[in-house]
This record gives sequence, C-alpha cells and structure tokens, in this order.
Amino acid sequence: MRSHHRRAAQGVAALFILAAATALGQGSPVDEIAKYRAALQDGNPAELWEARGEDMWKQARGPKKASLERCDLGLGPGVVKGAYSELPKYFADADRVQDLETRLVWCMVTQQGYTEADAKKNPFGAGNDKKADMEALVAYVTSESRGIRMNVPQSHPKEQEAYRIGEKIFYYRGGPHDFGCATCHGDDGKRIRLQDLPNLTKVDGARKAYTTWPAYRVSQGELRSFQWRLNDCFRQQRFPELEFASDASIALTMFLARNANGAEFDAPAIKR
Amino acid sequence: MDSKRRDMLKTGGGLTLLSLVAAAGWLKPGDGWAAEWNKAAFDTKSMDETLKTIGATTPAQSKDITFFSTPDIAENGAVVPIGITSAIPKTESIAILVEKNPNMLTAVFDIPPGTEPAISTRVKMGQSSNVYALVKADGKYYVASKEIKVTLGGCGG
Amino acid sequence: MADPMKIRANVVGDTTEVKVLMSHEMETGQRKDAQGKTIPAWHIQTVNATWNGKTVLSAQWGPAVAKNPFLSFKFKGGAKGDKVQITWTDTRGDTRTDEATIG
Ligand code: HEC
Repeated sequence: MRSHHRRAAQGVAALFILAAATALGQGSPVDEIAKYRAALQDGNPAELWEARGEDMWKQARGPKKASLERCDLGLGPGVVKGAYSELPKYFADADRVQDLETRLVWCMVTQQGYTEADAKKNPFGAGNDKKADMEALVAYVTSESRGIRMNVPQSHPKEQEAYRIGEKIFYYRGGPHDFGCATCHGDDGKRIRLQDLPNLTKVDGARKAYTTWPAYRVSQGELRSFQWRLNDCFRQQRFPELEFASDASIALTMFLARNANGAEFDAPAIKR
Repeated sequence: MDSKRRDMLKTGGGLTLLSLVAAAGWLKPGDGWAAEWNKAAFDTKSMDETLKTIGATTPAQSKDITFFSTPDIAENGAVVPIGITSAIPKTESIAILVEKNPNMLTAVFDIPPGTEPAISTRVKMGQSSNVYALVKADGKYYVASKEIKVTLGGCGG
Repeated sequence: MADPMKIRANVVGDTTEVKVLMSHEMETGQRKDAQGKTIPAWHIQTVNATWNGKTVLSAQWGPAVAKNPFLSFKFKGGAKGDKVQITWTDTRGDTRTDEATIG
C-alpha cells in the first residue's frame, strides 16, 4: 500500500546479498530475496496495529474515562503528527527526559487515571490472546512521523545527560561473554548466521536501524517496537532484562535516536 | 518428495488437481460455493490421496496463467506472497495449491463477471515446493506451476 | 471480537482496486504448544466482497493462508464514494464485516 517502504527494503536487501549467496551456495538469489521483500511492502500488516492504536488513542479509557487526545507528546496537547521524530526529549511537567513509551505511560497515569503499574503492564504482549496496547499506540504514533526527518533535541542539560549515559551503556561490556552493544554492532559487515548486524557506530547504520522500527516481524507475525528490539538485544547480550520505561532504557534510546538525526523516519516497517 | 511422485506429477499432475476439484464437487458452473466452506477439498492431505480419485478431464498446462509479485525464493515460509493472473477468457475461479503443505489446497477465489482474473495474497509454506495455480474457465480447467524455495533466515532474533 | 480489517479501495479509470488486511491468527492446526498438545486449527474460511451489494469476489481459505491475511483484487466499475464491503467467517463461526469508501 505504500511505496516509500521500498527504498529501505532494498537497502536491507543489499545487505543480505552476501549472506544469502554464501548460505544457499547457488546462483544469485539476491534479486529474488529483494523481490520477496518488495512484494511484502504492499500491505504491511503493521497497518492493523496502527489502526488499533489510533482507535485506542481516541477512545475514552481508564478510571477517568478519558481519551489520549489531550496527551502532549512534545508538540502540544493532542499533536501526534511529527511528535515521534523529536523524541526522546525533556518534559518540564515530568521534569524528566521521556521517550515515547514513558510519555504514553505518563499520559495514561495523569489523564486516564491508570496506576503506573497498570500502564506499564505487558508492554510487548504475546499473540492474539495477550495483545499489547502499548505496541499498538506506539505503532499509531510512530506512523504519524513517517517521512519526517529525525530531529531529537540536545538543548536541555538533562537531554545531554541522557545521551551521555546512553552512550556509556552502548559501549559498556559485561555479562558472561563480556559483550557490549558494540561487540555485535561496532563493525561493518558483521553477521550472525544469516542476519546482518548493522554497524550502529556509523551514521548510516545508526540511521537505518532507528528509522525502521517499529516493524512487523514476518517471523513472529507481530508488530515489534524499538523498545522490544532493545530488550531482545539485552537478552542476546546475556544482560539482565532492560526494565521497561526505566532511565537506562530512555538514555539508550536517546543515544540511538539522536544518532539518527537528519534521517527520514520510515516506519512501521516490515522485517524478516 | 521421491522421484516417483515427481514423475506422476509431471505426467498426471493436472489429473490430480482436477480430481481434487471433482471429488470436492465445487467449482460447478453457477454454484455459489464460497458460501459454504468445502471441508473435503481442504482436508486433502497429499498428492497420493488425491490421485486416487482421478476421474475427470485433465487440466491443460497453460501459459496464459502467470504468477506476478511471486518470488522464486521466500526468505520466510510464514509469509509467501503469491499473485496469479489468468488471461484465459471466461475465467471463473482461481485456486492456489501448495504441493508439499500438509493440506495441498490453500485458497480458492471465485471470480464473478466484471472482476479481473487476478488476485494476490500470501500463503504459508512449510518447505520449498511447487505451487499450482488452477484456473477454471468456461467450464474447463487449466493449470500452471512455479517452484518456490523457502529459506528460513537462521535463528529468530 | 476480532479487530477491524484495513480496506483500501481506489478507482483508476474504470477499474477499482481493493486491498485488504485482516487481523487473524490463521492457526494451522499443525503446531504444538509447550505441553506438546496440538493447537487446534483456527482460520478464516470464507471471504466475501461486495460493491453496492453485488459480489465482486468470494473466496474459501484453508489454514495455509498467512497470518494477518492480505488480499488484493480489481473489478470493473466503482466510483469515488461507493462502498466496498468485506466479510469473513472463521472456523469458530466468528465473523467480521468492514466497509471502505472508494477513493
Ligand atoms: C550478541 C550480539 C548482539 C549484541 C551484543 C547486541 N545485539 Fe543488537 N542485534 C543483534 C541481532 C542478531 C540483531 C537482529 C538482526 C536481524 O534480525 O536481522 C540485532 C538488531 C539490533 C537492532 C535493529 C537493527 C535493524 O536495522 O533492524 C538494533 C537497533 C540493535 N540491535 C541495538 C542493540 C543495542 C543497543 C545493543 C546493546 C544493548 C545490542 N543491539 C546488542 C545482535 C546483538
């Protein structure tokens, strides 16, 4: 349904070339994998999440029976268009740097009357029985920044602090394998099995990675948020679970989002 | 798949497909079959099983049936895009069959007059397999096939 | 209840193109849960699309149609503002109808 996915998809396909060629040990499957990915761009099931999230945004919910239509994502109450391209940022009312998820939790608590625990519950869901409201909301809000250039601020001291902490977390090594993010994402052309590992320390890699999440994961049949991606990489790194909406999570998101500045946001996308 | 089955498929694949159709009793002219799901047809488990019920005219291999937006290789078998278009006049229905799936018949589309004989959807494939496009047009059956390779891209990360 | 479909219908010249996404597990009946028990099949069986009350496509699906199904087709006729309606019914007897305005 949307053609502007295509460019990103072809970029990913290009990365896949070598891996696929080696693994299949045959002619040139490059074009075919590219064709496969291109065919999926038309009608990305992520749109089902976007639609559900939009409904949820407008519905009166929670103990206070309020919608989120007065929620200020940084561009004024109720403004969704473009909001995600400037997150995370410092919010004076919360006196804290907040990413999209933290800000949504904030609005659910202050405007809809949910407890913080309820608002944070089950952020990633699991299948049809346990669909995550959060991921649907995230799908909707992010979709409203499609085509807009990332412009994450670094003017407030707390924004600068969050970036610095995020950078530390990114390069911090630990756990049973002494892994850090940079172990897997600090070189060009690295891959695990067939998966290319983007070099997040370079502008191109950082931009493409950040601007193509959330994504509908074909392998899972689910929409997955950037937060989910981070949690999954903490798992890959054998680190303790990254606490949802924690300062550490926000800081790491700030570091990665800010490094994508200038790139056009192009998600929710579709990934393998 | 063993080579014997492959041979049968080459020579009599059409018959197999048709027998499936005939046994199921759908795709009769003017039948509004889509109102009721045809369990017998969708339960067909294998080529062998369907071969048992041969008994109608062979679908002709047709170059007028083409696959579009259908890759030769699917990165993930959970979602394989399939597009089929028929240039055969009076196309009434288009069915998708995946040879190596536990149940071969995947989907049948009824094309009323005025609707273009072209559909696209996505199917699951457990492994690399032939995919058949079976078309009924003006009471006759036609078939085309395409092999699609499935590569599962390593561990789910 | 099942989530709404996402339907797009656009007319170009004398042809309307319809694209549909449906929210459905499309459980095959082949998978096993953690306890080794087979997860029963649960999938859309029939799909019917109408334009101004006239059927423009009908389909029967087995469990091998991909999760969160996508479908696209074209029919002659249709004008901006007309309605396209799509209904599916699944193995549990659940059904869902959604409508889109041709743009
Ligand atoms: C053990 C290796 C490993 C470590 C350590 C690791 N990751 Fe990953 N990362 C992966 C794999 C594998 C993927 C998935 C690639 C795919 O699915 O194609 C991935 C994907 C990503 C992506 C998405 C890229 C894209 O374009 O879709 C981001 C962002 C990311 N990781 C960030 C991080 C961060 C931040 C850390 C540190 C907290 C980290 N990763 C640590 C292996 C790792």
